[in-house]
Amino acid sequence: MRLTRHRRWMTPVVAAAAIGLALTACTGDIAEEDAADVDCGPYEEYGTFDGADVTVGGTILDIEADRLNESWADFETCTGIDVAYQGSSEFEAQIAVLAEGGNAPDVGFIPQPGLVQRLADGGWLIPGSEAVEANADEWWSEDWKQYGTHDGTFYGAPLMASIKGYVWYSVAEFEEKGYEIPATLDELTELSATIAAEGDHKPWCVGLESGDATGWPGTDWVEDYMLRLHGPDVYDQWVTHGIPFNDPQVAEAFDAVGEYLKNDDMVNGGIGDVSTLVTEAFQTAGLPIIDGSCSLHHQASFYETFWNPEGGDEVTVASDGDVFGFLLPPAEAGDPLSVTGGGEIVVAFREAEEVEAYRAYLSSDTWANNRVSLGGVISANRGLDPEVASSELLVQSIEILQDPETTFRFDGSDLMPGAVGADSFWKGIVAWVTGQSTAQVLDTIEASWPTS
Amino acid sequence: MTTADLLGKILQVVMGLAVFAAVVGLLIFFIDKAPKKGRDYWQLGLFLLPGMLFVAIGLVYPAIRTSLLAFQDNSGDWTLDNFIWMFTQPAAIRTLINTVIWVALAPIISTVIGLAYAVFIDKSRGERYYKVILFMPIAISFVGASVIWRFVYEYRSGDREQIGLLNALVVAFGGEPVQWMQTAPVNTILLIVIMIWIQTGFAMVLLSAAIKGVPTEQIEAAQLDGTNAWQRFRNVTVPGIRGSLVVVFTTISIATLKVFDIVRTMTAGNFDTSVVANEMYTQAFRASEIGRGSALALILFVFVLPIIIYNVNVLRKQREIR
Repeated sequence: MRLTRHRRWMTPVVAAAAIGLALTACTGDIAEEDAADVDCGPYEEYGTFDGADVTVGGTILDIEADRLNESWADFETCTGIDVAYQGSSEFEAQIAVLAEGGNAPDVGFIPQPGLVQRLADGGWLIPGSEAVEANADEWWSEDWKQYGTHDGTFYGAPLMASIKGYVWYSVAEFEEKGYEIPATLDELTELSATIAAEGDHKPWCVGLESGDATGWPGTDWVEDYMLRLHGPDVYDQWVTHGIPFNDPQVAEAFDAVGEYLKNDDMVNGGIGDVSTLVTEAFQTAGLPIIDGSCSLHHQASFYETFWNPEGGDEVTVASDGDVFGFLLPPAEAGDPLSVTGGGEIVVAFREAEEVEAYRAYLSSDTWANNRVSLGGVISANRGLDPEVASSELLVQSIEILQDPETTFRFDGSDLMPGAVGADSFWKGIVAWVTGQSTAQVLDTIEASWPTS
Repeated sequence: MTTADLLGKILQVVMGLAVFAAVVGLLIFFIDKAPKKGRDYWQLGLFLLPGMLFVAIGLVYPAIRTSLLAFQDNSGDWTLDNFIWMFTQPAAIRTLINTVIWVALAPIISTVIGLAYAVFIDKSRGERYYKVILFMPIAISFVGASVIWRFVYEYRSGDREQIGLLNALVVAFGGEPVQWMQTAPVNTILLIVIMIWIQTGFAMVLLSAAIKGVPTEQIEAAQLDGTNAWQRFRNVTVPGIRGSLVVVFTTISIATLKVFDIVRTMTAGNFDTSVVANEMYTQAFRASEIGRGSALALILFVFVLPIIIYNVNVLRKQREIR
């Protein structure tokens, strides 16, 4: 009898102890950094805080998130602000709901200017402090600052950046067959035709599959062509609905892209025919270039890290390595350089000194250099030294972003209302490459544009 | 996270549970001490209170708010645009049609297969094992099941080796591989197959239990009257399990109306496969068109309503017979 009784409470206790022990394995006891080892000079301007916490949310995950944490570790040590970053792939879908319910993190990294506008409209955002705005004025171009501004109020500075519209190619193949990097869109067409004519493989490999966001790589194509064919002014009208989505100029851009994406002679190198575009994951779509069954792949600068899916450095990304990228050329030889790209805006949901100190740090050149030197990303911050970037392509991308002659435009689908930019435009691309006509697709997207 | 954090969190959980226990204990103590007069009502009221509170906060309030949002645009003005959009946009109409196809096929087929299976294995040797086999899929989440079936429907172009079971079979019989998930309307049917695969086990287990509840005397009496197996099944077994049949059928119907995971995992609503629940999420949270999402939610509610009313009606009639 005594034994049974004893057993009765022993089991849960033992179980709890075992679970507790198992859970401790999940904890990484990170030793607190010793302030004495850190040079706190650059951080003096942000002041010191006692026991202040800042929670941060964003879409950045895994190794990129670790690097973010590393980039502000010294800042935490010197100012005493404890920054807790939480990344989620559903962040964009949830942030508005969280904000409405008053549960948003203190700071959000918003990858879509359209979403910043919506959050500002909802009255959930705290305007940027003078220090943040001063940094934005000093280190970013007017275009970039605009993405964090709504109705004349400045809400937040940009964080990182990526350049879209790179065309990846095999360096060895170009050398061997004497292909030149095209200087105009027509030359690109000729190059593609030449590769196709030589016969052993199709020139382009394309992958549009991306789970419930399937289709977005196709929107990047269209945006690149809109900007190059019609210039930044028409582009701005297009994303703000100044011209309808089924405008002939948009149709022209679609048809130009269709010369590649809807053409069985052009796609899908190493993978199949046009119908495989929507089932090939965007992450792996460029890889046929490595085994020579495809020559060209259109994807943003971030694709650099996808060349070695298993990690390591088997495939080198450099102008004298295995693969490298050139920017999708302008329409005419003399046209100024225009690029589309993306980035994050740092917005705040809580009014507090520590939050603004943290935002001021993120908008400074100190942070940009800290983060970029850790590798993998770039920023449009003008105080950034291109040489700290981790690769040739990133150095080149930073120089493009910092060049005052460059026309930069944010990824159009991120500027449009969610109903278009995160839904009907993607779906339209899928319907379009699987057979619908340009006119039909454009009319459908136009009809989905919200009236209010 | 450090060990100290973890300990802190565990402590929080323990404290929370302790506070909850204390509050409930206190409540029960006071109910016990309620005035003698009308003590029953006091007790009834207090015990119902927590449940009613949760229903009000978690169900009634959101339902009312969703209904109101369905008639508003993004800036909060009253409008019927959301419903106009739903019944005029080809893409939106497609989701409505697809949902109807789902509800027309999935519940009937899974109930029929489940019933047939239950009848055939009834009293056979190894009945238990046959049941386990068919019941297994129900233990798999919809997303898990979809991932499995994605491999079945997988397509590889041209001469590459087919890794998908379905296409491998097609090729083995000399056919051309098909991109199942992109070919409307076959893709919707193939998605429904997944639902049937999951729900048949549920139907089978419930119906099998009901069949065992049909009195042997009735069956034997029918046998003595010279009926054949089909007549016995048709005129004795089926009326005997009518209540269970309705419950199974309506439960699967409601699950089918709500289907979201399968569509989102397999096609994300592309290629004309979207259904109301998937479109509702997409519109409300990704496209941030709360009004359109709410309107779709309202439609879903209208779809479910008759099924629930039917269910309740049948159950009430059954009780009256008894």
